[in-house]
Amino acid sequence: MGSRQVYEALEAEVAATGLDDVAVRRVGCLGLCASGPLVAVPELETLFEGAGPGNSGAREDIVSTLKGEPRGGRPMAGDPFFSRQVKVVLERCGRVDPESIDDYLESGGYEALAKVVASMSPDEVTSEVVKSGLRGRGGAGYPTGLKWRTVAKEAGPAGKFVVCNADEGDPGAFMDRSVMESTPHQVLEGMAIAGYAVGANRGYVYVRAEYPLAAERLALAIRQAEQRGYLGARVAGTRFSFHVELRMGAGAYVCGEETALIASVQGERGTPKPRPPYPAASGLWGCPTLINNVETFANVPPIISRGAEWFSSIGTERSKGTKVFSLAGAVKNTGVIEVPMGLTLREIVFDIGGGLAPGRRFKAVQTGGPAGGCLPEELLDMPVDYESLTQAGSMMGSGGMIVMDDSTCMVDVAKFFMDFCRQESCGKCVPCRVGTHEMWRLLDRMTRGAASRRDLEQLESVAGMVRAMSLCGLGQGAPNPVFSTLRYFRDEYLAHVDEHVCPAEHCQMGAPERAGVGPA
Amino acid sequence: MSEVRTLQIDGKDVAGRSDETILSVAQENEIHIPTLCHLEGLSDVGACRLCVVEVEGAPKLLPACTTRVDEGMKVTTTSERLVSYRRRVVEMLFVERNHICAVCVANNNCELQAQARDLGLDHFELPLMHPALPVDASHERFVMDHNRCILCTRCVRVCDEVEQAHTWDVAGRGAGARIVSDLGTPWGSSSTCTSCGKCVQVCPTGALFEKGRSISEPKARRPYLPYLVRVKGRER
Repeated sequence: MGSRQVYEALEAEVAATGLDDVAVRRVGCLGLCASGPLVAVPELETLFEGAGPGNSGAREDIVSTLKGEPRGGRPMAGDPFFSRQVKVVLERCGRVDPESIDDYLESGGYEALAKVVASMSPDEVTSEVVKSGLRGRGGAGYPTGLKWRTVAKEAGPAGKFVVCNADEGDPGAFMDRSVMESTPHQVLEGMAIAGYAVGANRGYVYVRAEYPLAAERLALAIRQAEQRGYLGARVAGTRFSFHVELRMGAGAYVCGEETALIASVQGERGTPKPRPPYPAASGLWGCPTLINNVETFANVPPIISRGAEWFSSIGTERSKGTKVFSLAGAVKNTGVIEVPMGLTLREIVFDIGGGLAPGRRFKAVQTGGPAGGCLPEELLDMPVDYESLTQAGSMMGSGGMIVMDDSTCMVDVAKFFMDFCRQESCGKCVPCRVGTHEMWRLLDRMTRGAASRRDLEQLESVAGMVRAMSLCGLGQGAPNPVFSTLRYFRDEYLAHVDEHVCPAEHCQMGAPERAGVGPA
Repeated sequence: MSEVRTLQIDGKDVAGRSDETILSVAQENEIHIPTLCHLEGLSDVGACRLCVVEVEGAPKLLPACTTRVDEGMKVTTTSERLVSYRRRVVEMLFVERNHICAVCVANNNCELQAQARDLGLDHFELPLMHPALPVDASHERFVMDHNRCILCTRCVRVCDEVEQAHTWDVAGRGAGARIVSDLGTPWGSSSTCTSCGKCVQVCPTGALFEKGRSISEPKARRPYLPYLVRVKGRER
């Protein structure tokens, strides 16, 4: 809060002190979200935390440090929060002014797009993405190059579309927001390259209305890029044209599902449709449509600039590159981080996250959002990649990572995610509409100490049916938090249903039933 | 440009066109697949999930009403797992709203009731939700009882696709989803409803009914269906 005021105050103070060689800049996310507002002095590798407008002491420290008398601040060199990260997507986050295209251009921005339209064939671009091994960062990890090639091969006599899915909605996930607010041009550049590769001349960014700053900066970035000729009629002076428009979501989580997203962009009720046909063949207004997530697009310009080989040298055998996570929950350093694929959960939670608060014990880490799962202490040394997470009963998801300590009740965690799913279910198909509600009621009964062994059996049976029978990913994934907590924390469920005891002493046994059908 | 595809449904060799669904090819060959939201002559939405089938090699169950046939496909329409899942779908619909057959205008004339009977649903294991929902009796000839509605959206589709009035649509989400007329105003004050009654005829339950009908009174519903199909066919 108050970063703009901090910027203004600091600029005035720096000017008053006569520090001519210091430039004060507004930049995007510096990573340590919980400690904001943040001021970084890159040359001295020092970060000042909590420098809010009321904290004049922090500003004095900064000015003093700038004058050559280091005072306060957090040294960034050697701090594992910074040194363990590898920045590809977030390379410019916290370095460039998100509202300035000049800043972006100065840092090498739009060079990849200019190179692509001037000297590469669409097929070469797609091949480069295929070779890089990039996989969809929205959750499922579908090979991006394969998706591009599929759309490229569709005929599309009435045109094709590129859509950026910026409807980030998982509880505890805020990475895409950070990318859009920090380097909106990088996302647009990725989209334009994709448009060139698949033969699309129109693009949409579907951004949720809950992210007004991201939408504002994207809109500004689109205008700037059009003025400079990187978007619009003649991209970088060539015959390739690419127009981008913003579309705002209206608060429905399910609109992150691609067929629902398409319906929403078209102005219809945002409900999913059975696939096939896939959007690659029949998407927006029936035309071939490429849908990728914000982070996926932001990975494209670095891949083109530095080459597929460089990109595929990062990460594991089947999961290439880096992944941006929003690290939240019971860790010291909460914020947006980017790590190479294959880093272990332990390294993320304890090295980068700085571990838990004193006296608290690690219990689980939740990844993958409402369709993901909770991973216990035994799995801390598991590498974080698509296959390992799925095998362990969770998923990569879009990149939310919530750390839980021993005061957390896992039945309550499952109930929280089920409550989310039942409220976000669109209501189209029966298993998801009724099943998520019934599972939530069974879990609610458990956390009130009113459940029996029979209810637990019922929960497992409904969860299996909802997973197999639901129409879209929301319903198919909704039982996952139940399955993963049952897999690793069954004892806690048994304590709730057999002894009516909550081992974490979180649940209020004997609490009255929460009334209510329908959206709470 | 449809081509002929040969496939197997329940071990039986059958042939279909590439633009046909598993459901239509199965029906043509007198293989029964239960359906609820599907209605011949209307577009398919794959929402009720009753018609899901197993397709060899497919990792997920697929709805027969929207999945096109493919060469060499091996489809299983009935298995222990499928029957138990389908029974659960019908159970979910019963517990979701108030479906007390004995006092329902559609008793013995109800597709939900028929599915429950066919699938052997004789008791409910899930807790009842049974919210008290409003009944819209503002229309001079028809009534919309939300307590009996299963959100199959047949009424929405017939009104949009055949009558082309688009009086009905869905509002809200999850368990709070409701069929609404004209952006949520009472049906009787609708400026788009033509009072054609098609929605009443296609409703599988007692949610939409004609005023003056008593409990269990049989409805002349069936003759309307071929009519609707013919209308659709002529438009194509």
